[in-house]
Amino acid sequence: MLLSPVPMHIPDGFLSVLVSVVFWALSVVGVGYALKRVNEDLGERQVPIMGVLAAAIFAGQMLNFSVTGGTSGHLLGAALATIVLGPWAAVLVMTSVVGIQAVVFQDGGLLALGANIFNMSIVGVAVSYFTYKSMQRLLQQLVKDQPWSIPVSGFVAGWVSIFIAALACALQLALSGSSPANVAIPAMSGIHALIGIGEGLITAGALAFILAAQRDLLQPAAAPVGSHRAVWVGGLVIAVLLAILSPLASAHPDGLEWVAEQRGFLDLAQEPLYEIIPDYVLPGIGNEALATILAGVIGVGLVLAATLAVAYVRRRVQSVEV
Amino acid sequence: MHHNTIDVEHVSYAYPDGQMALRDVSLHVSSGERVALIGPNGAGKSTLLLHLNGLLKPQAGRVRVCGLDVGDGNLGPVRAAVGLVFQDPNDQLFCPTVFEDVAFGPLYQGLPEADIRTRVAAALEAVGMADFAARASYRLSLGEKKRIALATVLSLRPHILALDEPSAGLDPRARRGLIQLLTTVHPTLLIATHDLELVLDVCDRVVLLDEGRVIVEGCPGDVMCDVALMEVHGLERPHSLTPHAELHHLRCDALAKCVAPGNITNE
Amino acid sequence: MLHQLDARVKVNLTLSFILATTLTPPGAWPVLTLLAALALAVVILAELRARFVLVRTALALPFALAALPLLFTVAGTPLFELPWGWTASWEGLLRVANIVVKTWLSVLMAFTLTATTPFTAILVALRGWRLPRLLVTIVALTWRYLFVLVEEAQRLMRARAARSGQIVEGRGKSLAWRARVTGGMAGNLLLRGADRAERIYSAMSARGYDGEPRVVAQPPLTAGHRALLALGYLFLALLALTGILFWG
Repeated sequence: MLLSPVPMHIPDGFLSVLVSVVFWALSVVGVGYALKRVNEDLGERQVPIMGVLAAAIFAGQMLNFSVTGGTSGHLLGAALATIVLGPWAAVLVMTSVVGIQAVVFQDGGLLALGANIFNMSIVGVAVSYFTYKSMQRLLQQLVKDQPWSIPVSGFVAGWVSIFIAALACALQLALSGSSPANVAIPAMSGIHALIGIGEGLITAGALAFILAAQRDLLQPAAAPVGSHRAVWVGGLVIAVLLAILSPLASAHPDGLEWVAEQRGFLDLAQEPLYEIIPDYVLPGIGNEALATILAGVIGVGLVLAATLAVAYVRRRVQSVEV
Repeated sequence: MHHNTIDVEHVSYAYPDGQMALRDVSLHVSSGERVALIGPNGAGKSTLLLHLNGLLKPQAGRVRVCGLDVGDGNLGPVRAAVGLVFQDPNDQLFCPTVFEDVAFGPLYQGLPEADIRTRVAAALEAVGMADFAARASYRLSLGEKKRIALATVLSLRPHILALDEPSAGLDPRARRGLIQLLTTVHPTLLIATHDLELVLDVCDRVVLLDEGRVIVEGCPGDVMCDVALMEVHGLERPHSLTPHAELHHLRCDALAKCVAPGNITNE
Repeated sequence: MLHQLDARVKVNLTLSFILATTLTPPGAWPVLTLLAALALAVVILAELRARFVLVRTALALPFALAALPLLFTVAGTPLFELPWGWTASWEGLLRVANIVVKTWLSVLMAFTLTATTPFTAILVALRGWRLPRLLVTIVALTWRYLFVLVEEAQRLMRARAARSGQIVEGRGKSLAWRARVTGGMAGNLLLRGADRAERIYSAMSARGYDGEPRVVAQPPLTAGHRALLALGYLFLALLALTGILFWG
């Protein structure tokens, strides 16, 4: 019931070690910088707000509305968190949500968590912020201070954030060689172009509600871009880069395949090891069938040992109770 | 301690939206006294409690606890002296486990780790929840949460306990247990509550607040027997203070509603 | 048996297991067999009900659809053919099977970790890694209030269902209306959350909170636990190394 219904949480086993490590590094840098900025800019009062609103976003992901047939609209919440809390706090909120989903509900892998945090917290928040602020400015020019400009900007930010985050996810899969680029990118972007509508609608509805009930909660996002120019530019760069890169990769899947096949430093690191331990040092294990049988035998032994251990402990406990 | 006292002198407070919550409130509570704050919703009871440890600052007048001025320079000692328990235990218990919640106050007092552990154990023992240290707060029943909430301030070894609606939402058994607990704790007590029977069981004195003003204060029996006064301020006389003859009528009425009195069917 | 084991040991070994599984190259079936036997042994030691384990771990598998196209795009020995020139290859099948098996093994171990360890203990383990305290505090608060807010979300959904019983799918109110009501509920949750955060801040301040996240220190790991950790690391490292050396 708590599983997030937005299919963007990559499980373990799909990303190559290189891709996992690179995106962990990017996420650590991004989240670390967000922590620094939150520590500097926001007061201690913000700590419970970030924690509880992360819980609210998490709970909000359970809400749904039927669209048509069996499909339904859902919320991921990156755009909503960004608009309500400002970009830095939103990165921490989404990181907390995505992290708990991975650790507690196995929604997204642990080694893949770096990539998932990158997609949903960093890309999601930066792109939301860029889109929301740009839309706000555009609408300001066009229609001045209309009350509906906030929900409308929220809708667009919600849609764009989901769409771009899905592209990032598809690229990571293609880079790892677990899904061909010419299938993964059109499929992920197609599905999420639809899911993004649900995201956008719920985001807009939530903003309209907050606007009517308690306008001052939207203060952080109302601040001028000045203080967060880096996020705005970051969102712009990520969105443009992914929007250009994806169709390219999709049209030339061989290019990505080639990158995936290289598997970077791991292959490089392997070469000398081969020289140190040549095949004939361990005769027999070189034989595939024999190795498999051996592994099977050791495996059965392991399982038997575990079963016996449990039975032994149970008997001990029972005899103590008697 | 000989001066676990509360002195509220001519305090007024208005919320940012302009609504007056307290108007020229004065109140003295002596060391070891158990005082109840009663009054309708919105009378200012909770607002007054928030003033006791500086969460709200009076716009006029002053507040002193244990002889200390409640103000910016004194917040540390004041907050260690006054244990404030909020109405909703979900607000009071904000840590993942019971242990962390009860340890939170001592931790921020800067106590060494061994002392913190002793205090947590003692506080949980005092509320009869010694086995609950490792439990997750969200899995507790409301009655358990209310007891742990009390433990979270008992671990501060406060001189004054300020409780907001300690019995709200409890079933009769949990409420009875709480009342017993409250009669055994030592500090000066100030309880804001609608539970007038609890006031009769626990408190020595009652202060009636309405619209931010102290209307009357006195012995619980005297104040709460005044039917006219109680009703004017949105309260009612508790049944245990109802005169015997009147109580007899109530009982007869209740029994008359039964088809066959004394015949209870168990399904 | 696993329930009493120190959470720090369990978290570190689970992560090492997943790392070793991910490092295992495609086609290293003997290594995957050993990893699977290890996982099975751990599940047995955890004494979890098989049905429960299977249902929960199967939930993570739909994502495997993303790997399915590899069946057709990887070139190699033809296996079978679909219309429109889609040819499945033996090599493609191995690649897909490799991903699915690795994913399932990883989910299995991650699930066994959470099924045998309260999240509060996992939080302690995370602190042991010197994660920034601010982040851990936010995660702890998220966890603490998740259930409070999920209950509120369920109350909101029940209230919506009680008032819209007559609306049949696709008829009655418009899509925009349904979206707005749901969005309103999400906004409502955020506002309730913000109000609660204010009260929590008061409760924290009342007990001396000054903005600096603090925790009571944990006792160090026992020698036995450290030995178990070292043994686990060694075994998993050997497995991964074997895989990389002979099948990489």
